[in-house]
Amino acid sequence: MKEEFKVISKFIEEKSRVLDVGCGDGILMEFLSKNKVVDIRGLEISKEKVKKCLSKGLAVIEGDAENDLKQFPDLSFDYVILSQTLQAFMNPEKVIENLLRVGKKVIVTIPNFGHWKVRLDLLFKGEMPVTKNLPYQWYDTPNLHMCTILDFYNFCNNRGINIFKTISLNGQTISNIKRSNLKYKNLISELGIFLLEK
Amino acid sequence: MSNLNKLNSVLIKKTLKLDCGKEISNFPLAYETYGNLNENKDNAILIFHALTGDQYASGINPVTNKEGWWNYAVGPGKPFDTDKFFIICANVIGGCMGSYGPGSIDPLTNKPLGTNFPVITINDMVNAQYNLLDHFKIEKLFAVAGGSMGGMQVLQFVSNFPNKAKVALPIACTASHSAQNIAFNELGRQAIMSDSNWKEGLYNEKSTNPDKGLAVARMAAHITYLSKQGLQEKFGRNLQERSDLKFGFDADFQIESYLRYQGSVFVDRFDANSYLYITRAMDYFDLTKQFDGNLSKAFKNTKTKFFIISFTSDWLYPTSENKDIVIALNAIGADVGFVEIKTDKGHDSFLLDVPDFLSTIKNYLNTTYSNINERRI
Repeated sequence: MKEEFKVISKFIEEKSRVLDVGCGDGILMEFLSKNKVVDIRGLEISKEKVKKCLSKGLAVIEGDAENDLKQFPDLSFDYVILSQTLQAFMNPEKVIENLLRVGKKVIVTIPNFGHWKVRLDLLFKGEMPVTKNLPYQWYDTPNLHMCTILDFYNFCNNRGINIFKTISLNGQTISNIKRSNLKYKNLISELGIFLLEK
Repeated sequence: MSNLNKLNSVLIKKTLKLDCGKEISNFPLAYETYGNLNENKDNAILIFHALTGDQYASGINPVTNKEGWWNYAVGPGKPFDTDKFFIICANVIGGCMGSYGPGSIDPLTNKPLGTNFPVITINDMVNAQYNLLDHFKIEKLFAVAGGSMGGMQVLQFVSNFPNKAKVALPIACTASHSAQNIAFNELGRQAIMSDSNWKEGLYNEKSTNPDKGLAVARMAAHITYLSKQGLQEKFGRNLQERSDLKFGFDADFQIESYLRYQGSVFVDRFDANSYLYITRAMDYFDLTKQFDGNLSKAFKNTKTKFFIISFTSDWLYPTSENKDIVIALNAIGADVGFVEIKTDKGHDSFLLDVPDFLSTIKNYLNTTYSNINERRI
């Protein structure tokens, strides 16, 4: 079980309605439906992954978050999850807007481009960083809009989006991100997990 | 079709008020079953057939002696696993395989009804088929499933009887027959009705059959079931048992010969008037309109789990129309899964050996069936 999913699972209250945007193979969906009493739906762009999810009996629809979120009514889910997908959108700003429209609370996980390894790669090697969480070369990456934890923090603040909680993940280590340690956590976190509300 | 009176059928005594306003009662509805109903009676799946299908989804059809129309999907170890599920395949009223239809004898005249048979709708078909639940004393079906017109029946069934199926699988269908769908059906009907042997639908009395018209209808329809790419790959411009063009109107090309063959075998097994009635029922199908333009209302308060499937190369009931159903269901927070299967086999994909399609259904049904059972324990 990915540490990230454990953190996400802790955010989610029992008996809630959840939408997992970019649900992949449905591992998080399965984890949540086994461990929490939740009513969960998924949206996934890859046919192969959608077929895997449906084979497990999960309620997943094939679709693209940039076009297909609009079919969900306002505040129709208690939680909407976006796990490490934001950077792949053409228009991440619009996607976030839609997530906050559909969900009462939104959980966003971002691979942190501000991590020290990433910074060192660029500084010393002079090459685009390739890491565990960012395994692509510059020419084949699906990641169009990389950001750091600090970037996303500022993004939310500038738009009046409430950040309830921010968690830092570095390997197995889970810690809280606060305003006071933000710059430091931005250096040492591989992932940032944000719990947001409009 | 002399074997028709040996087929399984239930005599529906209750009066059924049809959408056209007429009432029918004491009419037969033919069906076939595969597998066994378990003690809890929770493993039943009702399958609806498409325009020219029948109740023989699996095994050998005793009337045509050919394989059942959904042999890839229904049988032991297959997606609709008859070792596990009790499969009921219902024929439609208006059909020509033992159910009340234009070929049925009018007791007043002792002659086939022909075009005196009332115009029926998908809603009427489903309301008639619902009687099969009483017949088998099944409180709730595990699933309802069907492709094309069968999918329309799935949608109508779940809308009419929201608590009678745990799972619904509408495949390659639409909630509202499009102008293009109606146009193709009209082409088929005109082909039949302009055959001089049709005799205003009374050909049975006159012992003439509008075979030519029916064959042309089938040929035209058959093209709509395939994709351009599929046709090109299978036939291209290949010639039929000749090395050069013959400069005439015989079947020079393989595709011509193929279509002629499809037309000729179809007339042996299908009734021209049934073709008129069933295509009409499809054309009249507009579930969205039945609910004042809001398809979501058709499924209000539904607890049914939906799994909708479309095919990339299906241009007759394209993905966009299947997605409209998904959107309507998501708008009311229904439990819905959807996938578009990649294939070049066109609308016919649901009838063919498309491994991705078959394996996804198989796994979905098995997992969902055990999930539902676990929750109950």
